[in-house]
Amino acid sequence: MHYLDNAATTAVLPEAAEAAVRAMCEGYGNPSSLHKMGLDAARLLEESRKTVADALACLPEETYFTACGTESTNIALRGCAHLNRHKKGHIITSALEHAATLATAKQLEADGFRLTVLQPDGAGHILPEALEGALTDDTVLLSCQLVNNELGTVQPVAALGKMLKARCPNALFHVDAVQGLFRVPVAPKKWSCDLMSVSGHKIGAPKGIGALYVKKGLRLPPLATGGGQERGLRPGTEPLPNIAAFAKACETRKARRDADYAHVEQLAAYLRERVAAALPFAVFNVQSDVPHVQSLAVPGCKSEVLLRILSDEGVCVSAGSACSKGKQSGVLAAIGLPRAQSDCTIRVSFCPENTRDDVDALILGLQKGAEKLRR
Amino acid sequence: MKEVLLLKCGEIVLKGLNRKTFEDRLLKNLKRRMANVADCNISMRQSVVYVEIPDEADGDAVMECAKRVFGFATISRAAVCPEKTLESVIGTAKAYLAPRFAEAASFKVESKRGDKKFPMTSTEISQHVGGELADLFPDVRPDMHHPELTVNVEIREQYAFVHAGPEPGAGGMPIGSNGRAGLLLSGGIDSPVAGWMMAKRGLELVGIHFFSYPYTSEQAKEKVFELARKLSAWCGRMSVMVVPFTKIQEEIREKCHEELFTLIMRRFMMRISERVAEEYGCGALITGESLGQVASQTMPAMAVTGAVCSLPVFRPCIGMDKEEIVRIARRIDTFETSILPYEDCCTVFTPKHPNTRPKMPKILEAESRLDVDALVNEAVAGIEIVHI
Repeated sequence: MHYLDNAATTAVLPEAAEAAVRAMCEGYGNPSSLHKMGLDAARLLEESRKTVADALACLPEETYFTACGTESTNIALRGCAHLNRHKKGHIITSALEHAATLATAKQLEADGFRLTVLQPDGAGHILPEALEGALTDDTVLLSCQLVNNELGTVQPVAALGKMLKARCPNALFHVDAVQGLFRVPVAPKKWSCDLMSVSGHKIGAPKGIGALYVKKGLRLPPLATGGGQERGLRPGTEPLPNIAAFAKACETRKARRDADYAHVEQLAAYLRERVAAALPFAVFNVQSDVPHVQSLAVPGCKSEVLLRILSDEGVCVSAGSACSKGKQSGVLAAIGLPRAQSDCTIRVSFCPENTRDDVDALILGLQKGAEKLRR
Repeated sequence: MKEVLLLKCGEIVLKGLNRKTFEDRLLKNLKRRMANVADCNISMRQSVVYVEIPDEADGDAVMECAKRVFGFATISRAAVCPEKTLESVIGTAKAYLAPRFAEAASFKVESKRGDKKFPMTSTEISQHVGGELADLFPDVRPDMHHPELTVNVEIREQYAFVHAGPEPGAGGMPIGSNGRAGLLLSGGIDSPVAGWMMAKRGLELVGIHFFSYPYTSEQAKEKVFELARKLSAWCGRMSVMVVPFTKIQEEIREKCHEELFTLIMRRFMMRISERVAEEYGCGALITGESLGQVASQTMPAMAVTGAVCSLPVFRPCIGMDKEEIVRIARRIDTFETSILPYEDCCTVFTPKHPNTRPKMPKILEAESRLDVDALVNEAVAGIEIVHI
């Protein structure tokens, strides 16, 4: 199987899987228990927190474990809304965001907040000029992605954060770094960032674990109430196998970061080269800023059908958009891609474990598909 | 309190000497469908079907099920009076309809006396029961012209019943009473509606779906099964014939002019469907076509696609607007499934400029490049039958 859908999810790293099994079968105590097994579990929890905090470039006490990126984003956005529940105010986000952000922001709008959705430029970037025009005296929150999941473009979060704080010092800045972790350096402190969401399964940890950075001193209310775990922000018995695996994945990825990046960069270059040679009619929708995500349009080939042909050839990719009868991808529409082009778009997303063989198989599958579908 | 459903037959009461055949069919359908919901005693007397709701059964589910059985004009959910006396009727009405009285501002009583041996006329019954109820519920004023609540008293042969008025049944004729027909199910909004409309006229349905992997997906096929499942809540048991269609589509695209693609494809669908119909005893085909909705649904296009088929082709949506079709789709609960976003057999290879005024000679000329019989035979041989 040639798995090129790593922006959707990744294989669990063997080291991470081992850590999870250990936490499941050996150190399976509840971190809240007072016997030795409980204390060992609590120690593993705090060690894991340190490792993940290190990956997030923040303090352990600023790192909260959650179930997923979506939950992190919900805690961040709804928490911020709760702090402003009396006077309401203005929320800014962008059309490039994941549904976790957009759907939550829309609901907060229904609850009485004003919402501005910034539009990107044609290259898939949210420009600081766009933010400048949207900021108002009552802006309470800006939520922006670090890396876009369909285009691989990186947003200028440092400039956006600086601009936000200059105009609205009390507003909170949430960065959705789910697709960014271990693709680009994360530095919430340098970005004037108050809240940042990440997810484990995009970096080789299992599904079911995420984290939220909450800047020291900021207190948010929880979405659910319970036994006070994660300092009350996310109660519920800590899923230690997932947490241990997340930490192990961070550790493993960190140790190989530079080599991994160079490798993926080479793969992306190889992909471009092969596409140019074998599929001259195909076009990359934008110039991606990270090599991990490539948005490729194959004119004349409906992506839903192309996907199945590739899948039968053992190649897994995503459609760049839902199919013709469904909704067009919001992201591709936002950068002004014509419907015909977005209907024919696939997303190729790499992980450091991919090889040139995977690219070759993809090209072969695309050639077969194009031969079948293009007239 | 013992509850029953009183189901009144629809137009089959107008039938002549063969009425019994229709009634038997109706009763059989009702029993079979009800068996999935509760263990009810079901019997028929004087064109009224009685469904006794057991104490442990979910009365709402029994009612919902009955509302989806074609052939009944109205359904009343009624309480059975312990005795056939006025006192018992009043006592039952007081207890059974108390929640309705609590909501209503005005009421009246209507009576029917099926049992002519009962010592009072229906007018007398209404007056007496109405007077007593007016005393029992002083806040609800009697109103003979525009009452919010109508208390119905039915004195029948064995029992007396009290209810708050009938609700409309599904109407139509008993499934199967008009035979069987093949329904072309694409997965869109129109075809399930067309199937439902014809099932309502007493047709048993056999679904026919054209599957062309990889152009259409397993999910699209599952979606068609889900639609058939939703239809079967109205139409009873149903099978879906899944016809392998990839090769035919590829052949047409390879050898025929693009603007004729959809028409020639639809002619193949009709040919194959007719073969399925012959095999499974179907007397007609049903499609979801609506005049002028898309290029292949113009009058000349339908002449061309219908020409390959000698069975009658029913197109119940033909004179309906999309809005009207959608309204029915929502009512029969197929709409949300129909709009799931998968490519279906009608959307792949859609020509940019389809021919809306096709001429038969051109079609025949194009088809002469294909081995039509062999392609049809191969598709029919590859049919997969799925029982929903």
